[in-house]
Amino acid sequence: MADAYIFDAVRTPRGKKKGSLWEVTPTQLVVTLLKALKERNDLDTSKVEDLILGCVTQVMEQGGNIAKTASQQAGYSNNVSGMTINRFCASGLEAFNIAAAKIMSGQIDLMIAGGVESMSRVQMGSDGGSIFMDPAVAFDQYFVPQGISADLIATKWGYTRDMLDEYAVRSQERAAQAWEKQAFAKSIIPVKDVNGFTILDRDENVRPGTTKDVLAGLNPSFEMMGAMGGFDNVALQKYPELEKVNHVHHPGNSSAIVDGAAVILMGSKEMGEALGLTPRAKVKSFSVVGTEPTIMLTGPGPATQKALKKAGMEKNDVDLYEVNEAFASMIMRFLDDVPIDQDKLNVNGGAIAMGHPLGATGNIILGTVLDELEAQDKEVGAAALCIGGGMGVATIIERV
Amino acid sequence: MSAQIDNSILTYEVDSDGIAVITVDMKDYPTNVLNDKTVPAIISAARHAIADDNVKGAVITSAKKDFIAGADLKHFTSLTDQEALFNQVVEMNQGFIEMETGGKPFVAAINGNTLGGGYEVALGCHHRIAWNNAGYKIGLPEVTLGLLPGGGGTQRLPRMIGIENALQIIVQGQQLRPEAALKKGLVDHLVNDLDELVPTAKRWIKEVGTSDQPWNVKRFKIPGGEVMSPKVAQVFGAGTALTRGKTKGNYPSAQYAMSCVYEGCQLPMEKAIIVEARYFVKSLFSKEAHNIIRTGFFNIGKANKGGARPKGVDKFEFKKVGILGAGMMGAGIAYVTAKAGVDCVLKDVSQEAADTGKSYSTGLMDKAIAKGYGSAEKKEALLSKINATNQMADLEGCDLVIEAVFENRDLKATVTKETEAVMMENGIFASNTSTLPITGLAEASKNAENFIGLHFFSPVDKMPLVEIIMGEKTSDYALAAAIDYVMKIKKTPIVVNDSRGFFTSRVFSTFTNEGMGLLLEGTPPALIENAALDAGMPVGPLAVTDEVNLGLVMKILRQTEIDLDRKDESAAAKVAPMMVEQFDRPGKRQGKGFYEYPEKGKKYLWPELSNHFPTKDDHPLYEEIKTRYLTIMALETYRCLEEGVLTKGEDGDVGSILGFGFPIYTGGAISYIGYIGVQQFVENCDGFAQKYGERFQVPDSLRDRARKSEPVMA
Repeated sequence: MADAYIFDAVRTPRGKKKGSLWEVTPTQLVVTLLKALKERNDLDTSKVEDLILGCVTQVMEQGGNIAKTASQQAGYSNNVSGMTINRFCASGLEAFNIAAAKIMSGQIDLMIAGGVESMSRVQMGSDGGSIFMDPAVAFDQYFVPQGISADLIATKWGYTRDMLDEYAVRSQERAAQAWEKQAFAKSIIPVKDVNGFTILDRDENVRPGTTKDVLAGLNPSFEMMGAMGGFDNVALQKYPELEKVNHVHHPGNSSAIVDGAAVILMGSKEMGEALGLTPRAKVKSFSVVGTEPTIMLTGPGPATQKALKKAGMEKNDVDLYEVNEAFASMIMRFLDDVPIDQDKLNVNGGAIAMGHPLGATGNIILGTVLDELEAQDKEVGAAALCIGGGMGVATIIERV
Repeated sequence: MSAQIDNSILTYEVDSDGIAVITVDMKDYPTNVLNDKTVPAIISAARHAIADDNVKGAVITSAKKDFIAGADLKHFTSLTDQEALFNQVVEMNQGFIEMETGGKPFVAAINGNTLGGGYEVALGCHHRIAWNNAGYKIGLPEVTLGLLPGGGGTQRLPRMIGIENALQIIVQGQQLRPEAALKKGLVDHLVNDLDELVPTAKRWIKEVGTSDQPWNVKRFKIPGGEVMSPKVAQVFGAGTALTRGKTKGNYPSAQYAMSCVYEGCQLPMEKAIIVEARYFVKSLFSKEAHNIIRTGFFNIGKANKGGARPKGVDKFEFKKVGILGAGMMGAGIAYVTAKAGVDCVLKDVSQEAADTGKSYSTGLMDKAIAKGYGSAEKKEALLSKINATNQMADLEGCDLVIEAVFENRDLKATVTKETEAVMMENGIFASNTSTLPITGLAEASKNAENFIGLHFFSPVDKMPLVEIIMGEKTSDYALAAAIDYVMKIKKTPIVVNDSRGFFTSRVFSTFTNEGMGLLLEGTPPALIENAALDAGMPVGPLAVTDEVNLGLVMKILRQTEIDLDRKDESAAAKVAPMMVEQFDRPGKRQGKGFYEYPEKGKKYLWPELSNHFPTKDDHPLYEEIKTRYLTIMALETYRCLEEGVLTKGEDGDVGSILGFGFPIYTGGAISYIGYIGVQQFVENCDGFAQKYGERFQVPDSLRDRARKSEPVMA
């Protein structure tokens, strides 16, 4: 089997909800990155065979296969095809894994995988879904919204609000430090307007100086929904050993709603050599798992274990982990499933500080782990995400 | 496509203005109900009106007290051919569509109860005018019977008043008084004078006369948003969760009703009614609907009408009822008796205690006034019927005396003698005991034939059941009197024979005992409680034991040990003394039992519980626990039937549902055996007997029935 190589990875800064990037269309976010990728790599786009983008809410201007649209709009060759996929929160990493599979199977030599989500412009959930709106389905499946699942995880395994807030403070500290030491400099492409004026050049949502005292003042986000919306009862019918759901998540220990995009240029060794692209890393393994959907967010642990097994590795063979901080409780759960030194996990902060643009995040964190491997001169990195509806995706890469 | 007038169902007249009046008036029926004849008759009359060029429009009304009281449940539950019914329901709905698209205005002139299918006839009209009278109701109660509206109700109501509003009415099975119905948009107009009802309907035809339903007008939008709008999508999301919270998945028609609205409101009416018909048939043929209707409607109805009353005894009119003991129970009995318009004497040892008992009624009436139900006059009228006293002489002339003094044989014997000295010679003496056998108590009476047990449930004003206990010598005369009294106070009687714990207390204690057993087996306390709630019990076994009080449980168990001279090895006999004596946690009254009862906020399980009863890895699991609760209660009920404590299975069903909240979807504690199948039941019992002991031992007669696949219903 061939190897799949990463040649380059770029991303936009993440704009906070209805902040700087509100005015920028999701197509334009991707176009910005595609243009930068072409320029940085002096890329002959006629050699790029496909662009796969992860995007969760594929309606309105994110609908209609935004991948092909953006490729054309970026001035790429007509030869480039386009596909937009939805694996909820892991879409950006799934796009990467599909691309890797195509390259490893020898069917494609050069392509781009990425993800995009403008959560300010296209509202999360506005694409509907029978899992929450069709009574026949929602009833049988014990559907609860993600926030309830996150609180359920905390309740079931006894993660207290104090533990979660402590983790959240650390995410903010690490993100602030990362920006200070320019940990993302290699990947960040500023978003500019038609005149070339910069609209945003850094992650906008980071709140340096966040303390546990500050977080202690925040009200639980999902308590009302759990009680008035009836979802606590649903959760308890699925987990009847629990007396109640402890509502411990709030905006400060959950991922922020933001806008952003990311893309990764990847291909075969031969094509890289032919085009003079320097391989930065190769794909070791990847995985996807399904998990119980009511508690929903427990996938990263099993997905990581599965990818490790595929790669023939142990957990300590991986130098750095990026696990998407959808909610603090699922990170606690991941650490119980894959007990690793916390200094190896999300060392530059995560989505609690910088935000989680649904379709893009998986792609962003893979780029982040690669940048950090290079910065620390380490070899092996892993990325994993929990996924709505009860799934998990993980990918392991190794520098070359 | 016949357009014959079926005069056994309705009359059809056209007035000089060319307005047809279709008056539903079913011959040989006490009221108008919908069955396989009613709807075709209405549709046929409607076709007649549509076809007649001289007719401008039509009014549908009723000659009975009700407009149409709902579906003929006897008819519908007797059907066996699902597909035939499906076709029939679709055809009926196509008839309604013909009526609403025939180009002539139809108006429902609502003069009385307009429920279920009756309201769906009104929905098939273009306009609804109702008589403003608080004495009747309008709505769609089908879901409460395990059914769903099958005459277009799940389609027309949401299109008329919006999906969110309609879901509330349909899924909760709401019935509204006319004023509330107007407010919610179920009807369009009210008239205060019944004589003005049909004329007003006719005037609307002449002056407005719209013959299009809103949903047949181009560019129609469902008020409040279409199914796929973000707002309504949320309504379905939360609505589904709330429905699961309420039904625990035990009452499928509620979820089917939601699906009807969700799926049907995305379709044109002619397709939508087919979706509804599919779910209607599915609901109607569900075991749950049959169980709910059989026990909840027919058998409780039969009991309420005095079905167990011995024939040939004149009906009793109670002139004066005496109540001994003005505690919780006595005070409640006085309230329900006075409320029924019967004079009563509430006697306690001190005037102060008697007055306190009477003040319970004052409190209830004040609450009713605060909620807008009562009035100062009603309060005065009720209170004037209660004579609170400490004088035995005031009981003179009582034709019924109910004693509700402490559960102490000597005390009960003393008050029996004292009372019989002053009350009417042939009066009835009733003991409200929950534990002491009646035959023994009757020994104190000079007239044991007139001595009977009346077991009320607490709180008396809310609980619908009274368990009537026959002592060995109790006469039919006394039984008839007791039943008449229970009917008078509008409660449901069941009649049982004398035995320790009678029927309800005996069976219910098996439930609480099982809960305590699970605790000893190392089950997480929350699981013990949630499994009970999810099986359909109204309260978990630990919570309800807290309410009964562990101190009392212990007392009863010890008394029984003494009476029977046998050591009690049950879980309750182990756990209750631990809780009371070791941990000083007797129950809710003391603010500490299995639960903590904080001053503010909800009760929660005592956190130390799992230290004293450590959770074990191999504890029983959720589904098994759910089955185990219902099994032990059903088995004990069967034993009551076999021993003759119960004389018929229906009483076990009615008593278990109304007395201690056995879930009605099963049909009751006897019907449960058939609900899951008698063979399966025996198999479950055998499995439990092996694991948990001989209390699950199946009686031979039941094993025989399983072998012969013979249903259990005496």
